[in-house]
Amino acid sequence: MSQDALTQGGGRFPATRWSVVAAARSQNPDERARALETLFAAYWKPVYKYVRLRWNRPPEDAQDLTQGFFIELLERNLLARFDPRKSRLRTYLRLCVDSFAANTEKAAGRQKRGGNATHVPLDFEAAEGELNSTAMGPAAIPSPDSLEEFFEKEWIRSLFALAVEDLRTLCVEREREKTFHLFEAYDLDGSDDVSYEQLSREYGIPVTDVTNALAWARREFRRIALERLQEICASEEEFQREARSVFGWDVK
Amino acid sequence: MKFLSDKSIERLRAGADAPDFEGTRYRLLERVARGGMGVVYAAEDTKLERRVALKVLDLPGKNSELAKRLMREARVLARLEHPGIVPVHDVGTLADGRVFYTMTFVEGQRLDKHLAAVDSLPDRLRLFLRICDAMAFAHARGVLHRDLKPANIMVGPFGEVLVMDWGLAKILREGAGQPAADEDAEATVTGSAPQEATPGDTTQISEATGHGTVLGTPGYMSPEQARGDIRNLDTRSDLYSLGALLRSMLVTTRNSRLPRPLEAICAKATAETPALRYESVTQLGQDVSRYLDGLPVTAYRESLLERSGRFYRRYQTAILLIAAYLVMRVLILVFMKR
Repeated sequence: MSQDALTQGGGRFPATRWSVVAAARSQNPDERARALETLFAAYWKPVYKYVRLRWNRPPEDAQDLTQGFFIELLERNLLARFDPRKSRLRTYLRLCVDSFAANTEKAAGRQKRGGNATHVPLDFEAAEGELNSTAMGPAAIPSPDSLEEFFEKEWIRSLFALAVEDLRTLCVEREREKTFHLFEAYDLDGSDDVSYEQLSREYGIPVTDVTNALAWARREFRRIALERLQEICASEEEFQREARSVFGWDVK
Repeated sequence: MKFLSDKSIERLRAGADAPDFEGTRYRLLERVARGGMGVVYAAEDTKLERRVALKVLDLPGKNSELAKRLMREARVLARLEHPGIVPVHDVGTLADGRVFYTMTFVEGQRLDKHLAAVDSLPDRLRLFLRICDAMAFAHARGVLHRDLKPANIMVGPFGEVLVMDWGLAKILREGAGQPAADEDAEATVTGSAPQEATPGDTTQISEATGHGTVLGTPGYMSPEQARGDIRNLDTRSDLYSLGALLRSMLVTTRNSRLPRPLEAICAKATAETPALRYESVTQLGQDVSRYLDGLPVTAYRESLLERSGRFYRRYQTAILLIAAYLVMRVLILVFMKR
């Protein structure tokens, strides 16, 4: 099989080459806005949770800081300073969050950064609920030494959640709602006891249909997640490294 | 947006990692086990309408060194057509770039689990002899297994014994009937082991199989293999593993002491120095067969008393009949004299 063939939709390699970092440096304001939107979608929850735990901020402060951070990112064009040869984008962003939070603390007596910014409506309540949820598991609550790992884990959770939503939309568009329900039942909500046979009985379809539907959904999920991942990576090399972090295998 | 628990993320990862069979004749059925280099799935061969075991490597890219080795050596393994070795049916590359193999799906029990229901020592020895048959064949074809242990032997529903998981196999340059090897005399091949890993299963696997890399399972691995002296391994290394395997098959909680000839056979097979071991698996098998037949074994020098005891056990019926006959004759003579 040729490399070209591998890069088609069925393969592991997303066809998209659009990158948030390149777009953030664009002269086109629409491109820059889109870049921020993409970053925002992938990072706001990890950033919020990180600020809550790393900087020990109460929910309201953490919300302001999160919103303020992304505005700062745009206003000061911080992405233009990012050098993919030196670090990963997520590491750079985490360090920017730290810097922003530290500066905000220093300026506490003065005007609160981001405090007067126009807020984008975000579901902070849900993020707070997730933070306190037992569904995350006690092991997910990080020790001070493992906040970096925590940030990565939350970033992956956010990436996967976005990919799942994209998959849901795709299934609706293609009138494959049943496929998404099967995917949801087996891969998202399923316990270890759920079997293809059970789903086959429950949905009144042959086991082969369950198998095929799940294979399609997983393939699309993988494609979507990799596309999303590539959007938020600055280079092919970074994309490959991040794909290994996220999925555990190489994309070559 | 739906909150994804840690468990959901793991399942999504596993799902995304599932092989993409688009464009192949195979249909994924279920995940069976994770091996050293990849995952084994049960799959359906839709053309032949049969169940097969399919092992997919973790790493994509058919041009990677590992994939090239695996493809090449899987072809060699496919020539090991023996009833005691799981045959490779097919090799290929999936749409996602990962190399895969298909092989016979073995429905059976691992040897260690199967032995729980085999009390008889001779039956255990006969099982072992079948393993020796398969390994003697592989050695004749110039292939070392390098990871022989109970977990890598399957016993089928009809008592067939299969040597599995050739993931650490080494192809020797020499060897009768061996396909031509290239300059790299050593390579790693992969086979199917539809079995779950057990706790303490400590096989160490590396992509590199060069000198100094330790591959194998402690307890069954030869000393030279444990030292990482990979380039100098020969069939006597597998012999060591077979000796350790034999001991593990025979020593049970009810039977912690082996008969001396069997203990000697195990000791000879597992000698620290390769030169002191049997010269071949065939010799080892012959010694075990001799024990089963009540004959002296080459690994053990018997005392006169032991030889008499073995002679008695071997010809017990004839000796008892002759003894009975002689007693009768004596009684008749005594009775007639009166």
